[in-house]
Amino acid sequence: MDQFLQQVVNGLSLGSIYALIALGYTMVYGIIKLINFAHGDIYMLGAYIGFAAVTIGGLGFFPALIAAMVLCALIGILTERIAYKPLRNSPRITLLITAIGISFFMEYAMMYFVGANVRAFPDVLPKTQYRLGSVVINLQQIAIIVTTIVLMVVLQFIVHKTKIGKAMRAVSADRDAAELMGIKVDQTISATFAIGSALAGAAGVLVGIFYNSINPLMGMMPGLKAFVAAVFGGIGIIPGAMIGGISIGVIETMVSGYGSSMYKDAVVFAILILVLIFKPSGLLGKNVREKV
Amino acid sequence: MEIRQMRKRNTVIALILMIGSFALIQALIMGGVIRSYQQVTLATICINIILAVGLNLVTGFTGQFSLGHAGFMAIGAYACAIITLKNGSVAGFLLGILAGAVLATVFGILIGIPTLRLKGDYLAIATLGFAEIIRIFAQNLTITGGAAGLNGIPKFTNWPWLWAFTCLSILLVNAFIHSSHGRACIAIREDEIAAEAMGINTTKYKVMAFAIGAFFAGIGGALYASTFYILKPTTFGFMKSIDILMIVVLGGMGSITGSVIAAVVLAVITTALQSFSELRMVLYAVMLVAIMLFRPQGLMGDRELPLPSEWKNRRKKQPQSAAE
Repeated sequence: MDQFLQQVVNGLSLGSIYALIALGYTMVYGIIKLINFAHGDIYMLGAYIGFAAVTIGGLGFFPALIAAMVLCALIGILTERIAYKPLRNSPRITLLITAIGISFFMEYAMMYFVGANVRAFPDVLPKTQYRLGSVVINLQQIAIIVTTIVLMVVLQFIVHKTKIGKAMRAVSADRDAAELMGIKVDQTISATFAIGSALAGAAGVLVGIFYNSINPLMGMMPGLKAFVAAVFGGIGIIPGAMIGGISIGVIETMVSGYGSSMYKDAVVFAILILVLIFKPSGLLGKNVREKV
Repeated sequence: MEIRQMRKRNTVIALILMIGSFALIQALIMGGVIRSYQQVTLATICINIILAVGLNLVTGFTGQFSLGHAGFMAIGAYACAIITLKNGSVAGFLLGILAGAVLATVFGILIGIPTLRLKGDYLAIATLGFAEIIRIFAQNLTITGGAAGLNGIPKFTNWPWLWAFTCLSILLVNAFIHSSHGRACIAIREDEIAAEAMGINTTKYKVMAFAIGAFFAGIGGALYASTFYILKPTTFGFMKSIDILMIVVLGGMGSITGSVIAAVVLAVITTALQSFSELRMVLYAVMLVAIMLFRPQGLMGDRELPLPSEWKNRRKKQPQSAAE
């Protein structure tokens, strides 16, 4: 039982990171129907920006987190403007291939500039451990979970209570109708990319303090898994991404804790395939009939 | 010119191109111009052509976006490697290729039946997921040598073998596309709902194209194992699938000659940039994005160089476009 609770705590912190990345996937998919393959690499860039802010800028945890979020938001807007905007009316396959190209560009440009070696993320938070009964929680895990909760509350506020959130929901429901109602679609899409990328940037910094190591290809696997999380929860649905992310994190930790850590990635992909086959709309999604 | 004469002429051109390329390169190898170093590039080109032609059938002609081609390649490679390690004769090599191709086809059918119900990007992600699962199993099973992989695989591939398999793949895929089955596949790409309304069993043809694509990926993988005599599970990751997709996209989705040309061009670029591996990948990425932004149809679009029966189509198309 104790081991189980410990795995749950570990799973929650890993799941929080997946959830933050999955939110960006799901928001972008909801608004322009693009699987933004480069999203996992924005998360990697976030980790490097945090790393630079801490080692070169000498900043603490919170300023580094904010810096990573702001810069990632800018990078997100920039990629959308340069690569995705000219293709807005192209077939989705073209967009998907472009996204893969952007993803490789970020990975290998980063590798070219900073080198392929793994870097140790400095300890910005003290390594304090707390005991709740027999379950051990360290400060890093608390920071991850608390930051994630705060960001999700802020996100819910933005999406449901602000004008830009309303615009985002409108564009995702029907882009043409939204445009006719006077909503600036381009601006709204940029805002979506900015928010999604900022969340990924935050996840990058959080994973840096959690695992203490970063490298230019670190975004690939978590990016794919976060996508699985978004599909699991129902792509395009924000609470779905949160639930999906946390479930995938917990499932993955359970598989490595009780089964074999070698197969944890295979289990995640198997879940993806099962979800796609049996309920492609995800846990919270509704079935939409295809119109001819 | 009569259509029949055209076809005859094009068959002759194709034959001359094939025999000419064989004779020319064989002469260069015997003359010592192409050394063993360039022969590796040559083998890569041939293997990539086989892989790309197979993927083109799935993605370019049938319009089903697959990101899991490396998974089928891995199956072919491991099957051939395991068999040739047990039986190191030419018979073993051919048996290995056959086993690899058949096993990949079986997996193609098994994976295709459930996933091909999905469309567009969902299908892409599902195939990617399957390929990753195959790779993870290769990494953990003892028969595939685990993370260390297999080495010391006997080398049988040489230019005549590679040439024969490449030509055979091109001819078979070309024949398939111009058969009624191939036409059904193209109809599915153009409009799945309309194709279904015309009585085409879309699931059957999609799975068929997927299985044939997997078959050639199996052959390509088997030749890969025999050429490089070492297999590592990391070779068959997501990157490999993208490499092959890149060839198809650059050449033009729905153009076999495009795939052939792109395989040659990319291999030459890769060899030239061998010593700058990161820069090569950056260039790759920029190229991929630039193609999508400025020439999404690729080098050849869906046209072919004058291969048999292609002229017939163009003739048929002309009055249609005039009517529009």
